[in-house]
Parts: sequence; structure tokens; C-alpha cells
Amino acid sequence: MIASLEMTSMDFLMWTKGPLFQLALTVFALGMLVRLMEIFMLGREHNYALPRGSAVAGGLRTLYRRFYTDAGTFKSAPFDVVVGTLWHIGFIVALLLFIPHVELIKATFGIAWPALPNPVVDAITVITLLGLLAALVHRLLHPVKRFLSTHEDYVIWAVTFLPVLTGYLAYHRIINPYPLALGLHILTAEIFLVVLPFTKLTHIFTAWVARYYNGATFGRKGVQS
Amino acid sequence: MASPHPESPAGRLAPPLRLQSKPLRQPQPEPSLGEILRRNGVSRRGFLKFCAATATLMALPPSMVPAIAAALETARRPSVIWLSFQECTGCTESLTRSVSPTVENLILDTISLDYHHTLQAAAGEAAEHAREEAMNANQGQYILVVDGSLPGPDANPGYSTIAGISNYEMLMDTVKGAAAVVAVGTCAAFGGLPKADPNPSGAVAVQDLVKDKPVINVSGCPPLPMVITGVLAQFLTFGKLPELDEYRRPLAFFGQAIHDRCYRRPFYDKGLFAESFDDKGAKAGWCLYRLGCKGPMAYNACATMKWNSGASWPIESGAPCLGCSEPNFWDAGGFYDALSVPPGRPGEALLTAGALGAALGAAAGALGRRKVKTAGLAHQAVTADQLEQQL
Repeated sequence: MIASLEMTSMDFLMWTKGPLFQLALTVFALGMLVRLMEIFMLGREHNYALPRGSAVAGGLRTLYRRFYTDAGTFKSAPFDVVVGTLWHIGFIVALLLFIPHVELIKATFGIAWPALPNPVVDAITVITLLGLLAALVHRLLHPVKRFLSTHEDYVIWAVTFLPVLTGYLAYHRIINPYPLALGLHILTAEIFLVVLPFTKLTHIFTAWVARYYNGATFGRKGVQS
Repeated sequence: MASPHPESPAGRLAPPLRLQSKPLRQPQPEPSLGEILRRNGVSRRGFLKFCAATATLMALPPSMVPAIAAALETARRPSVIWLSFQECTGCTESLTRSVSPTVENLILDTISLDYHHTLQAAAGEAAEHAREEAMNANQGQYILVVDGSLPGPDANPGYSTIAGISNYEMLMDTVKGAAAVVAVGTCAAFGGLPKADPNPSGAVAVQDLVKDKPVINVSGCPPLPMVITGVLAQFLTFGKLPELDEYRRPLAFFGQAIHDRCYRRPFYDKGLFAESFDDKGAKAGWCLYRLGCKGPMAYNACATMKWNSGASWPIESGAPCLGCSEPNFWDAGGFYDALSVPPGRPGEALLTAGALGAALGAAAGALGRRKVKTAGLAHQAVTADQLEQQL
């Protein structure tokens, strides 16, 4: 707009969709790959002992087996297991199986997969939002959890919650005009992307590395993990 | 950021332009709108139907219909000066091409269109003379309609001139005596195609230049004819401008998104989409979101008023909405890309940054390894005796 710095909702959407999205992707890809490559380059100490089992098979097995919670963990923290699993799955489903997201991924990477019908994703989003809220309340009310929580924990909770919330608001057209609603959703997703490589959110990628390394170590020793 | 326009021009038009109570300075009293409509064979019933439709569109209660009818009956023809700048004449085509003479069409005929490039008989000096005459005769009362964007004050005026006068000069000169300015079409409202990147002619919108007069934007490429007649009807009835949105568009027509009034919306809600222009979904009339429909972010009245005398509209004919009533729609990504797809090539940025990150990470890792290796090589065994000697 000439002669005014006033930003319209459309300007805001174009800004978040265009330059800001490119910037967020750049920071995310650069930061995340630096961290992952550093981890891979660290490698592990050479083990001179004779292997008693396959490290690769052990690693892959643990990668999968860790999806099952062991009985002890469930007994001591049933809330965390149930609610944590629920919202994690909900978040991933909403992220990867919502039609507009599939279209975005198709345009960005050139790959696509079938998506879920909108009402299904909508219901899953509600479960995710409630799960995240419950997780926050539990964290605040549980004395041990509260003691262990750092500022970063609350920051990454907010950074995770906001894209889901704004996505829900945009889909249901609760914020008007729509370009503002969509722009807010994209902006919060960009904050998530930028924050990801520098916080605990790196577990999205490193959890798999850790699982594999653990499994590989035990697999080589020929024991269960 | 997106708050409604703080100072709606609706209240700023003082004194209110009550044309029916203040006859224009013309030698002979002009016939009223009601007389002209009757002369053109419009029945009382047809006229009242138009008034009711206008009331509905302006979100007025049904009790206002007689007031609209009475005001329109006695209204005199307002003088309209129509300036065409960097435009394609599509807006004029849209407004004049009615298949049969409709009430809307007659309303248009009954305004005193004193200057319009495409429609006037006069040419050259005579045409410009007509403009000046209309300006002098209706000083402070005429409605200025602009279609097309224009090169800004800092741009080369040679990109668009009329009778040797630059567009900028003509607009600023004509706007002085206007009661209000109606920017017709997306080019006049927001810059449109001429302003699209890289904007070679330095095109700007009318609202970028006109700051001291009420500006109404009737966007669309082209806009719906009924929107123009609706704005004029409200102007004639109430002597003031309609309520406007953040882009100064009449809320009555631009208050709702295409998506919210689209007859294909149930398919969106059910998750049924056409994925190509000739697949099963397209033939079944499913939602066009995945084929690039910008309906969710486009605010216009196409879904309710339709085109060509209510025959059809783009989505009904199987074409996704381009969002032509929105600012910068030319630069807002591909017409056939889904709304969620960003413009440009974000995939390239991702891959480049990823490759750079991998290289940096590998370099940092290698540096760390070398440090450990060097430290290992530099490691020397020390005996207890040697340590004791150092003490």
C-alpha cells in the first residue's frame, strides 16, 4: 500500500505464505541438518568384541518395539502414556493427512499421498487440542512434573499448541477475514519450524536416531532392549 | 492489521446528498427515476421487486422497501463521470452487457452518464469539453467512477494519457468537485493486473491517491453489475454511502466469502474433492479446492447473485474461483494451485538450506573428530616419578 504502512489481511497472508515461509523453511532445514550431521559424525566407539547378534536387526527392532509402552511405565504414569500417545498421533495425522497440507507437500516436494476426509481430521484435531490442554494442566498440577519443567517446556508446548488451534479456527472460519485466519495459522506453523532445531522439539528427528543406536548396541550384544 | 476500516466514509458525506430534495442546476427539470422506469415499460411490481432485492442485499429490514421505493421514485438523475485509465474495458462490458433490459440495466440507463470513453458519442476536444461541463454544472455533487489503475505521481505519465492529459492529472482534477469516488474493478480498487509484479508502469489504485473524498471500492475482474446499481440505489435512497469493509468495499456485497455461500460447500465439508478437471469428482460437481479454488479467501457476491442474469457463475461451470475481488490476486500464487500452496519455489529453499546445513554439520563433525584424534596422538604417558619431579 502506497503512503501507508497499514497492512491488510491479504498483505499479511502473502507475507506469511511467501518470504516468511521461505525463511522459516531455510532456518529449519539448515539448523536441523547441522544438528543431525553432527550427531552422525560423532559416531560410536569401535567395539572390538565379537558380535553375538546383528546390530542392524536390533536397531530396527527397537525402532519399532519402542512404540509399545512397557507395563511398568504405564503403571506409574498412565495419564502421560494415554494422553501423550493420543495427541502425538492426532498432531501427526492433522499435519500429514489433511488435504490442504497434502497439497502443500505435493507442491513443495513433488510427492503426495491419500488424505483423510475433512470431518475426520476435524475430529482428530479436537482430540489433539484437548489432549494438549490436558497435558498442560497435568504438568501444572502435578508437583513433580511442575518441579521438573523448565521455561523451554512451556515454550514448546505453546509453539505446538498454537498451530493446531489456529488451524482449527481457520478451518471453522471463526476468525474473520479468512486471509487473517490463514495467515495466523501459517505464521504459528513457521514459528514451530524455526524453534524446532534449537529446542527439545528436535526429538521429532533425534528420537529415531536414539532408538536405533540403543537397539543396535543391544542387538550386537545379543540381548533384548 | 485487519481491523475494519476505522473511519467508514459513510458518515463523512456532509451535507448528505439528497438529490430528490435538491434538484440539480439544470435548465429543465429532469424526469424522475420512477417516470423513466415507467416510460421504459417497467411494471410497478418489477420495480418493487428490485427495491426488495436491494433492501435484502443491503441487509435492511423489509419495512425499508417502501422507503427505498419512494426515494427511488422521486430521485433525479445523478451526474456520473466515468474515467477509464489502465483498464481492459471488461468492467464496462460487464456493466452494460445485459441480455435483456433488466431493472438494473434501466437504473444504469437512468443515471446521467456525462462522460464515458467507450459509451459516449463525442470524441476528442468535444469529449473533454463534456467532462468539464458536467463538472461545472454539478460541482460537488457528481459521482466519479474510475475503472483501471493509473501510473502514480512518481511514475512515467506516458504509460497512459487521455487527450494529452496524464491519468494522474485528470483524476486529481476531476475528483475535486466529486461527491464520492467509486473505484470499479480490481485495477481501480487495488491496482489489479497493471500493478502485478513487476509493475512496469508504476500503477497505483485510486485509494492510494484520493485521500480527501469517500472512496468505494467495487472490486472484481470484472465486478458484478448489480453491485454498482446497488451502491447507486443506496446512494439515491439514503444520500449516503454504504457500510464498507477493511478494503472499502460495500459490506452488503463483499461481507461474505464465496466459500461460505458456495453451493458446493457441503462437498468440502464432507471431504469430497475433484482432483482433475475431468475426473469422477469434477463430473459429480464436487468441491474444487484441490484444483485451486480461492473461494475461502475471496469475498464477493458471485455465489448468491451469479452472472449473466443469474444463469451461472464460475464455480457452477466447473472453474475454481480465482479470487479476483481480492487485492494482489495476480501475485497470490497459481490460479490452479490449492490455496494452501505458497507462491514461489519453497522446495528449492528447503533443499538448498538442507544441503548447506548437511555440509556445515559434516564440517563441524569432522573438526570435532580431528580434535579428538589430535588430542589422542598428543597424549603422553606420565609416571608418578615424573609428576613428583614437577611439584
